Amino acid sequence: MKVGVLALQGDVREHISSLIACGVTPMSIRRPVELEQVDALVLPGGESTTIAQLSEVFGIFEQIKDRIADGMPIYGSCAGMILLANEILDAKQGQKSFGGLDITVRRNAFGRQVDSFESDIAFDDGAANLVRAVFIRAPWVERVGAGVRVLASVDEHPVAVRSQTIFATSFHPELTGDHRIHRYFIEEVARPALEKVK
Amino acid sequence: MTEVTGTARVKRGMAEMLKGGVIMDVVNAEQAKIAEDAGAVAVMALERVPADIRAQGGVARMSDPDMIEKIQAAVSIPVMAKARIGHFVEAQVLQSLGVDYIDESEVLTPSDYENHIDKWGFTIPFVCGATNLGEALRRINEGAAMIRSKGEAGTGDVSNAMMHMRKIGGEIRRLSSMREDELYVAAKELQAPYALVKEVAETGKLPVVLFTAGGIATPADAALMMSMGADGVFIGSGIFKSGNPAQRAAACVKATTFWDDPKVVADASRGLGEAMVGINVADLPAPHRLSERGW
Repeated sequence: MKVGVLALQGDVREHISSLIACGVTPMSIRRPVELEQVDALVLPGGESTTIAQLSEVFGIFEQIKDRIADGMPIYGSCAGMILLANEILDAKQGQKSFGGLDITVRRNAFGRQVDSFESDIAFDDGAANLVRAVFIRAPWVERVGAGVRVLASVDEHPVAVRSQTIFATSFHPELTGDHRIHRYFIEEVARPALEKVK
Repeated sequence: MTEVTGTARVKRGMAEMLKGGVIMDVVNAEQAKIAEDAGAVAVMALERVPADIRAQGGVARMSDPDMIEKIQAAVSIPVMAKARIGHFVEAQVLQSLGVDYIDESEVLTPSDYENHIDKWGFTIPFVCGATNLGEALRRINEGAAMIRSKGEAGTGDVSNAMMHMRKIGGEIRRLSSMREDELYVAAKELQAPYALVKEVAETGKLPVVLFTAGGIATPADAALMMSMGADGVFIGSGIFKSGNPAQRAAACVKATTFWDDPKVVADASRGLGEAMVGINVADLPAPHRLSERGW
């Protein structure tokens, strides 16, 4: 399985390390021809406004949107979650997203950097299986559409959601050295979807 | 569920999210919006850009809280602000305003010629300047969560930034090639804590994100710094002291992302109008060189 990491801006290197630890071959993606070569894509943490803008400037925006609509498995962390959301609150004026995930997300919902935090959270009903989650100027989900499953919450705000082949977290598993969230994406989201296509 | 704020991971992680990006100096809300629209990953709110501090002289201090708050209200991206070296009260003020990162900066007039701020005590992360590896590790030891190599701010002359990136990179490569029993003396020579020296020798990189700053004025300058191993760039006077700030800002963002593709850098460099009028660092008398502040 070839997994791309959108490498226009953000913590690309950390996602690449996590993916290697999961046994897949990651590839940095900046150009349309590079995106054509991958089966699945990860949108890193970073500035959602910057990443959206660079995607448009370098002509990869519509292609990512189309691939998502065609069922390419995709995972976004933090800024990546914002880029996957159909609706963004507290957005920069005119801010665009790839969309595909029927959620409403609020940017910087947990506050500014002084409020950034880490915490152990239960992922996918795994109360016994806590994940250390790092939230940095993080968004939360305010509305989930039909068919969107909430996999983790903080103070009743969803922070990990999934709809079919689209998976998003408002925290950064790539910063902890614990690869379970990436493994979930590869083994539970991407692999079954790609095998079905074959 | 216990939520912990201000951990090293949360502070350093914030800088990881800025990688591959451009942080721009802005003096008002209008400039901040131009920077955000151009694709800046953050803005640095300050009253005078370094070129003006240099031209006008006098003591340069933390900005007016009103001005910082107006910029915070104008944009959705992170807002950074500068405190004077060693001025922990200015830093406390900036933290209370909720700025996202504090730059303990040599561009302002230092308040303490021996000590820097003890940055571990703050919830807010700090970025500090460095001209060499020892200086970078001393700042990290004091709690800096991000380092920027120093250039000569407000000149539009990239030579100092280049020299310091080469110096930091060279010293890291030298550590990586040493025998383990040589690292004790290396720590002594670098005047840096042994534990950090050992960590750098093992990983071949700083334990925090390394940006570069000072004298960057063109897309090619930004790409040059990225190819020297910077994780991203600060552009101070270079944008809003130029002929067409919006276009130059967007061009620098593009060149930072595609630093390794000369065609993109060439396209970004076209028709930008006048760059800031530069000052050659060599023409600056030593007492006016900002990058030599910090110890």
